[in-house]
Amino acid sequence: MVPISWYLALSAVLFTIGVIGVLIQRNVISLFMCVELMLNAVNLSLVAFSRMHGNVRGQLFVFIVMAVAAAEAAVGLAIIIALFRSRETLNVDEADLLKL
Amino acid sequence: MEFAHILFMGFAALAVVAAFNVILQRNPIYSAIGLIVVLCSLAAIFLTLGAQFIAAMQIIVYAGAIMVLFVFVIMLLNVREEETRVDKQKYLKWLAAPLFLALLAEVMAVVRYVNLTPQPLASANGTVENIAQGMFTDYVIPFEAASVLILMAIVGSMLLARREQKEDVERIEKALTRQQEEEKYEEEVAA
Repeated sequence: MVPISWYLALSAVLFTIGVIGVLIQRNVISLFMCVELMLNAVNLSLVAFSRMHGNVRGQLFVFIVMAVAAAEAAVGLAIIIALFRSRETLNVDEADLLKL
Repeated sequence: MEFAHILFMGFAALAVVAAFNVILQRNPIYSAIGLIVVLCSLAAIFLTLGAQFIAAMQIIVYAGAIMVLFVFVIMLLNVREEETRVDKQKYLKWLAAPLFLALLAEVMAVVRYVNLTPQPLASANGTVENIAQGMFTDYVIPFEAASVLILMAIVGSMLLARREQKEDVERIEKALTRQQEEEKYEEEVAA
């Protein structure tokens, strides 16, 4: 059987890659995908803990996280479209005002 | 080395390589493809953890719905010109590599020294039946809250992505005045 710490290590590696992606990407869509990557890393560790404790509650939590991620993607992409209409760019450095 | 180890190592390597692809590509469409590979290999790892329902949801919701939305938005907005722009903050890239190593070392130390007692796992079977049993009894309120959240997200994203339509307002006002004039005319004719 694969030890649980391997899954946690994979989850940590993916989360770290997501954090670094948020630092080095300047395109707001790519940045958003790095956030999705971090969410998935956390989902992996939740499923691994669910397996470790022998019940399905962690998987229920993952289901709720997926619903929140779907809502977040829809609203975030709508904001990105509105931002692109007003600024004609996707660079996050350009988007530094709340005002449109 | 067991078969499960080989399976895990293969999918983990695939996920890590594809995750690096996500963060290192300049063109967001290649990042999206890398993210789809990460999601699919994570779904396979969920299967090895006995979470069948979550693995299916991962493919259907993430790789099927969310990533299609991402690719749709990438294709809707013309991002080709963005690649030629100069970065204002180049130093962040040089900060990234040491930060990556530091964060990785920190998290690995936590994973290594935390006291994990693996238990024999018989009942943690994430079938649809087990998930639904929990979801519609003990956790029905989070479930309903998630549905309300999704409804709010639908309304909010439609409101945000809507075009500002001055012409539409003018057209509606014009139609209203025309209707009022017609009513007035009909009243005059009747009189």
